[in-house]
Amino acid sequence: MTVLATPFYQDGDFINALYLAAIVLFIVGLRGLTGPNTAVRGNKIAAVGMLIAVVATLIGEDVVPDAETALLIALGVVVGTAVGIPAALKVRMTAMPQMVALFNGVGGGAVALIAWAEYRHALHLGVDQELKVLIPTLFAAIIGSISFWGSNIAFAKLQEILSGKPIKLPGQQAINIGLLLVAVGSAVAIAAGVESELLFVLGILVAAGVLGNMVVLPIGGADMPVVISLLNAFTGLSAAAAGIALDNNALIVAGIIVGASGTILTNLMAVAMNRSVPSIVAGGFGGGDAAAGAGADGADRGTVRSTSAQDVAIQLSYARQVVIVPGYGMAVAQAQHAVREMTLALEAKGVEVKFAIHPVAGRMPGHMNVLLAEADVPYDQLKEMDEINPEFSRTDVSLVIGANDVTNPAANNDPNSPIYGMPVLEVDKSQSVIVLKRSMSSGFAGIDNPLFYSPRTSMLFGDAKASVSDITAEIQQL
Amino acid sequence: MDLVTQLTILLLAAFVGIEVISKIPNTLHTPLMSGTNAIHGIVVLGGLLVIGHADGVLSKAILVIAIVFGTINVVGGFLVTDRMLGMFKRKPAAAAERGEGGR
Repeated sequence: MTVLATPFYQDGDFINALYLAAIVLFIVGLRGLTGPNTAVRGNKIAAVGMLIAVVATLIGEDVVPDAETALLIALGVVVGTAVGIPAALKVRMTAMPQMVALFNGVGGGAVALIAWAEYRHALHLGVDQELKVLIPTLFAAIIGSISFWGSNIAFAKLQEILSGKPIKLPGQQAINIGLLLVAVGSAVAIAAGVESELLFVLGILVAAGVLGNMVVLPIGGADMPVVISLLNAFTGLSAAAAGIALDNNALIVAGIIVGASGTILTNLMAVAMNRSVPSIVAGGFGGGDAAAGAGADGADRGTVRSTSAQDVAIQLSYARQVVIVPGYGMAVAQAQHAVREMTLALEAKGVEVKFAIHPVAGRMPGHMNVLLAEADVPYDQLKEMDEINPEFSRTDVSLVIGANDVTNPAANNDPNSPIYGMPVLEVDKSQSVIVLKRSMSSGFAGIDNPLFYSPRTSMLFGDAKASVSDITAEIQQL
Repeated sequence: MDLVTQLTILLLAAFVGIEVISKIPNTLHTPLMSGTNAIHGIVVLGGLLVIGHADGVLSKAILVIAIVFGTINVVGGFLVTDRMLGMFKRKPAAAAERGEGGR
């Protein structure tokens, strides 16, 4: 065996036909995800596709040449399943975004490790790898490693192991560019014929891994969904590259579909926040000026008015229209069921209740929809930003539950604000605003919110679930 | 398979990905991200394909870890997506029931 490029274990048309079936199931499954009614089935269809792809691979000639290999594969699959199932079943709905980041990270890690093993194998055999195989392998190693380490940092930030605020180092950009040059330079050297596993590990895997860390660290928590989506696309691309290296159709197609979809999704999310992907990756919320701007308007803040559950209940009960603006605070407090009960109590009094869903409320697009759907809030009660914004001027009370940055009026009227230009829910246009919040700490983006100091706004401090339950009890007594 | 054929497949599949995805409503973006995340767990195939011809303890250990990672990605990814979507599933059925007989 002199050439590794055309693997001997995979000449069967049958296997490729099974891969084709798997690919079709992936595409049909993804299409199912386009509607709430077909989505569950779509996900299952894709899972069946995955099962077919795995079985097709295992029956390949010489894929499992001996008992030891069978044992090792079984070990890997059993351990992976034993970790994956409880992780997926036990994670709370609020922690879902972190879990997606983690699952994405291990995927990227798998690609990087496979690339490493392939390179080791070629060195061991002492064969010259074709560039057609070597280049995608190197690409997969770099991107996979970035994705693995970047996702871990994203996880740590969302889990609040690390601060959600941007973490910056002096000379960050120069370091990043240096790391990228090291990784790409090492890859070019290896492609040019340098045979060194040490260079592969240190120059590519480690340098790209550190780069992944460094790129994600300075990104503010509010941008994290965009970053996870971007890393998701990266893992897809690296999987496609691995597919070219291993000459495997299923990997190529599934990988690139994820790469393409992730890119689209990343862009949609960035657009919703009026941010560009390059500026997010370049780090922080607009750099140093922004922080200064946020500090400067501290002088004319005014005072904060706090209120009681009873007052809130009265205001809400005598309103004609109430718009509820849920945010991450509702998710953290698991308050969605309590919110649903309050909604029913208000509707029993003839109050019209609507939910205003900002595209990036919570930690991911659709995060609030998932939670409210869990609590049986009717689908048509959830209004998207463009639909609800004109309604605020006709709204008596806006009830903000644990949302912050997405309601910040500074985004519309303070050019110095770091989030200036980001589309927000215009709750400040309603007659009065009630904000349920744990404390006066700033939002995930670390930016002060002038809404809280507005004369129309009153604050009810405390855990969102407890506050909402108190309000509901008061409403029912009225 | 030659490189041009592979690149052809790659490019066409990329267009399929864009077409399929761009029709997904905002609401389902989180489950979508999670679902595509599960699909790139297909990298586990890479581990399965190469472990058979791996030599040495380190190579095998690397690949076993890769298979563990890939399996976590697949199993966890699909299950988490299913859990998220399970929350959307109930309502239309419940609404239909209510509409039917007013029980």
